[in-house]
Amino acid sequence: MAEPTVKAADTGSPVVLLEGVTRDFGETVVTRVLKSIDFRLGGGEFTALTGPSGSGKSTLLNLVGLLDRATTGRVCLDGVDTAGLDDTALTRLRGGSIGFVFQFHHLLPAFTALENVMLPGIARQGRPSAALRKKALELLDRVGLSDRLKFKPSALSGGQQQRVAIARALCLNPRLILADEPTGNLDTEASDQVFELLRQINREEHTAFLVVTHDLNIAARCDRIVELVDGRITSERAAAPGGG
Amino acid sequence: MSFEWFVALRFLREGRIQTVLILLGVSVGVGVIIFLSALITGLQASLIDKTLGSQAHIVVQPPDEMPRLIVDGVVAGTDPAALARDPAALGEALTVRLEKPAQRPRSINQWPQVMREVEQVPGVIAVSPLVAGSAFVTRGVASRSVALRGIDPERFIRIIDLSAKMTAGVFRVAGTEAVIGTGLATDLGVRTGDRIRILTADGGNDIFTISGVFDLENQAVNDSWVLVSLKSAQNLLDLSGGISALEARVDRIFSAEIIAQQVARRTGLVADSWMKLNRQLLVGLKSQSSSSIMIQVFVVVAVALGIASVLVVWVVQKNREIGILRAVGTTRGQILRVFLIQGLLLGAAGWVVGVGIGTTLSLFFAGLATNPDGSPTFPVNLSGQLMLGTLVMALGVGLFSAMAPARRAANLDPAEAIHRG
Ligand SMILES: Nc1ncnc2c1ncn2[C@@H]1O[C@H](COP(=O)(O)OP(=O)(O)OP(=O)(O)O)[C@@H](O)[C@H]1O
Ligand SMILES: [Mg+2]
Repeated sequence: MAEPTVKAADTGSPVVLLEGVTRDFGETVVTRVLKSIDFRLGGGEFTALTGPSGSGKSTLLNLVGLLDRATTGRVCLDGVDTAGLDDTALTRLRGGSIGFVFQFHHLLPAFTALENVMLPGIARQGRPSAALRKKALELLDRVGLSDRLKFKPSALSGGQQQRVAIARALCLNPRLILADEPTGNLDTEASDQVFELLRQINREEHTAFLVVTHDLNIAARCDRIVELVDGRITSERAAAPGGG
Repeated sequence: MSFEWFVALRFLREGRIQTVLILLGVSVGVGVIIFLSALITGLQASLIDKTLGSQAHIVVQPPDEMPRLIVDGVVAGTDPAALARDPAALGEALTVRLEKPAQRPRSINQWPQVMREVEQVPGVIAVSPLVAGSAFVTRGVASRSVALRGIDPERFIRIIDLSAKMTAGVFRVAGTEAVIGTGLATDLGVRTGDRIRILTADGGNDIFTISGVFDLENQAVNDSWVLVSLKSAQNLLDLSGGISALEARVDRIFSAEIIAQQVARRTGLVADSWMKLNRQLLVGLKSQSSSSIMIQVFVVVAVALGIASVLVVWVVQKNREIGILRAVGTTRGQILRVFLIQGLLLGAAGWVVGVGIGTTLSLFFAGLATNPDGSPTFPVNLSGQLMLGTLVMALGVGLFSAMAPARRAANLDPAEAIHRG
């Protein structure tokens, strides 16, 4: 039953709030990629973002993830309007509240699995610590990779790399995880495993999720499906009952 | 270890080719600079050493007597009557010759007092009186014209340490003892204990016993110097109680000219520094130094450009990784520092290797050829100052060349770097 989950999510204060957000690209020829987006993501809510290729899904995710700034409109994270923040403040907010999972193995090849998971913490604290290491070990255990701690990404399979990336996203207990086609590069089995892991984290930690996906099966297992077409949100609906 | 060092070290280890390329650039640069500097300073030091081995730093003499004006005669075709009307034409019409008076020994008045004055000039560490003139030395049928020098041995050895340069006998000029150079000794066929006769134009004529033979590594000096006591020289040159010059030694040899000017001002006498007396040598050394500095500047610039270009490519290759680091909460400042640290580390490591290269090259070169006495023909001077200087240079170049690439990395747009990097 999807009903109770959606309700529970709606009762929390919004993690993400977009009001009239647009995003233009180009200097001589200006293309409006996002056209007046209003969007709200509640605490602990698990939302799928779908739409055709080129509709602006990744662009929207970058705005929500504070990797990019809107041309007009308001982007609020945890009730904080991000327009007034400088780059360092934005970076700090991003590091502390948002975890990222990308489609391709976006791990740093020079570092081991364990180090990759610790990186957000080391960057934030300025140096590694025993507590951070303990946390990273727990996370890797949770994603089932306790036996791959010292492996470099190149020695891991696609699914394993994606699980390391998920562990890394959880390093600083973010309130929100943004995933851009997290299963897009995996076979069905690995896909299922990774998605189940995300849902499990969502259930246990009440972390909010915004997941871009082309996979209708996966979208159906989310709380809510938001569809983007040509830079506009064209539909927002609860996923099919029993999907989650 | 801080985040920046952690990431910088890992990037360096991972980027093997780039790391090796840059290290090579820095080490070759540092090696060349060390080798070049060591060789040039070594050569220059030995040249100066040789020059000053038989020369005082400053020579104080009485002023020259006024030159006399000699009018040679009227140039043919000039009307004497016209000249009388227009005296200005005289200068053009006449060939004027300035003639110095014939050299005869002149003496410094009240020299003990002048010597104390010179001693008090800052920078002067030793002063010694000198009676100098020309003389003839005869031994049997052999006869040679020589430079007779009367000295005060205790003071003289602080100007030129002759006791360390004796090849036979001892350095002693008491009574009628004389010390001569190896060249003269061979010429006359004399040895320690032999007697020679010294004659001068002033009517001096005396017999001396050779107490020692020296080698000052200067042929002219070895062939002509005859050292006797101050008193003997004064008698021979008819200069009772007077001296012809004061010789001085200074603490820093390149301050000699400035100190000489102070001596001249204080005493009213003529004071010439070794720098003035060896102007040709100094000009040569100076142009050698400046061309060496030019080469070094070019080496530094080339190395800096090399490092910068390799680092720029490196940053471009690392776009995506930098974007990921930014996404997980790394600030611009942290990224900037990561690359600056890489520059510093490469500079430091390149310096270490470069010191090895430069030192090996220098010592190898120094060992290539040696003089008969075993000293190297190309002496090298590997000073701590040179090492410290090149370290500062290597770190500076590393940091400076990393500046532009680091700024580029820090200013990357993370969204673009991740998706398109
Ligand atoms: N930095 C940029 N400069 C110029 N145009 C851009 C830029 N980023 C995105 N675009 C354009 O914006 C549009 C939307 O791109 P976006 O990557 O958001 O699409 P998407 O929905 O994620 O597509 P896909 O499903 O293929 O990943 C595209 O037409 C793209 O060319
Ligand atoms: Mg996309």
